[in-house]
Order: sequence, then C-alpha cells, then structure tokens
Amino acid sequence: MEYGVVIVSHVSEIAQGVKRLIEQVAKDVPVTIAGGLENGDVGTDMQRIIQAFEDNSATKLLAFYDLGSAKMNLEMAIEMTDKEVKLYDTALVESAYTAAALLQVETKIEDVEAQLKDLKVK
Amino acid sequence: MLDVENVKKWMTKFNEQIQAHHDYLSELDTPIGDGDHGNNMARGMNAVMEAIADKDFTDVPAIFKTIAMSLISKVGGASGPLYGTAFMEMAKVGDGEVSALLPAALAGIKKRGKAETGEKTMVDVWAPIAEKTDFTADDVDKAVEATKDMIATKGRASYVGERSVGHIDPGAMSSGYLLKALLEVEE
Repeated sequence: MEYGVVIVSHVSEIAQGVKRLIEQVAKDVPVTIAGGLENGDVGTDMQRIIQAFEDNSATKLLAFYDLGSAKMNLEMAIEMTDKEVKLYDTALVESAYTAAALLQVETKIEDVEAQLKDLKVK
Repeated sequence: MLDVENVKKWMTKFNEQIQAHHDYLSELDTPIGDGDHGNNMARGMNAVMEAIADKDFTDVPAIFKTIAMSLISKVGGASGPLYGTAFMEMAKVGDGEVSALLPAALAGIKKRGKAETGEKTMVDVWAPIAEKTDFTADDVDKAVEATKDMIATKGRASYVGERSVGHIDPGAMSSGYLLKALLEVEE
C-alpha cells in the first residue's frame, strides 16, 4: 500500500495494543510501532521511531503519538528519515483507528485528513 | 571562547551536579511530571561522559555533536530531544564563543519544544541568561526560582495546570546546573 501507519507511545504495550486494535479493521495497511525504551522502560526513543519508519513497507507514513515528548522525538526522527512522514496531533487510539480504517478502503489522503481534523486534541 | 578541554570540563562539572542531585530532580518532577527527570538525566550524562572522556575531538562542534547524540539517544524523556537539540544547535555555531552558543541553544530548545517564556519550562532559565552578555550564578538561581510561581502550560506539568504553582520546574533546575557549571569553566 502507498500509505502506512506508525504508532509511537511511551509504553510498548500501548503501542502493541493500538496496533492490535487497528489491524482488525485494516489488515492490509502496514502498521509499525515504536513503544517504550529499548530496556522496556517508559519513554520514547528517536532510534526506535526511525526503525519503525524503516520497517514499514509503505513510503508515505501517518504517525500518531501519545504525549508531548513522543512528538519531539518523532519530529527529530522525521528530520532524519528519507520517508515522507506526517504527524498528527490527534487522539492516539481514535485517530490511528480512523486513519487505518479509511486507508484500508483506499480513501483519498485529503479525505482521511479531513476526518482526522476533528480528533485533534494536542 | 571555549575549547574542547573546556567543554569536557563543563560536562564533567554538569555531570557531577546531575549525579549528586538526581534524586532531588526526580523529586521536583514528581508532583508535576512523571518523576523521572533525575534518573533520565543521570542516565544521559553517564552516556555523555562515556562518549567524551579519554576521546580526542578535532574541534568544539565535534564534541558538541557527540554530546547531543548521547543525550538524544539515552535520556528517554522530553529532556533528551531538548538538551540534544540545544547541543546540536551549539555545534552549528562553529566555535566556542559563549555569547553565540547560548542564544543558539535557546533557539533550538524553543523550536524543539515550541515553548516561549513564562510557560514554566527550561526556556525560562535559558532565555534571561542567553540575553545577557555576562551572567552570574545568582542570575541563574533567580531564573530557576522564578519558575516556582508560574503555571505550567507546556509539557507534562501542563496536565496539572494551576496545581503546578509552588513547584520549581525540574527542567529549569537541571538547566540551572548546566549554566552554573559553565560559569565554573569560564572562571
């Protein structure tokens, strides 16, 4: 698929859980995650986010995150990757689910973004 | 004008402060954040010291870049990208001229955190100091202390809003240690 989804959370179980949830409605959308730190602690890590970008088979990525410092690490990762990544300041679970469900049925990206607009919380 | 040895000394002094006060920094972070600032900074500075001690650097930008990467990859919380960006921007200055380094660091922190002054963050310490041509330890202490009465509107502390009043911002405190460590090097 052209578009993929990346989930960034401070906690690996949250990232895994969101992935599990959205795969139910979007089995063909590539979803990769960066959750927690390497040693399992709570936090976000730029290297792990870059890895999630690379591991995603899509070249254009929609990135969703939980709290502020995840956004800062995401922005740095975006500055360092060759992929086209856009991050959304939206409610993590709802917006990742919405985006994936719409991408699964090949909705145009402009229409996906229009739906996401209502979910902006940050 | 700082040289590579000055920067090493700066980081050594800063590291001493971080390791000595890491419980206090986490304590400051507990009522208004997630209680990990001290541990995060201690972990990050251990990585920095490991990366720079006994190593040769061609120039000041080279050592700043190494410091930045260690902080970005090892701190874990918001301070990693913020301090990391500060050192990355200082690397871009091209030399060790303090009057240019501090404004560059401040601009980097503001850009990365999208923060302005008065939001109870480390910007409230960096901004008044970076604007001065000369600063004293007392200036730093006052700037740190001033965050106590502010209401947090940025970062994790903003979730507790008005309840953040009465607590020193932990990022402001650690920034205070960094800037005072610089004074010790310059003396």
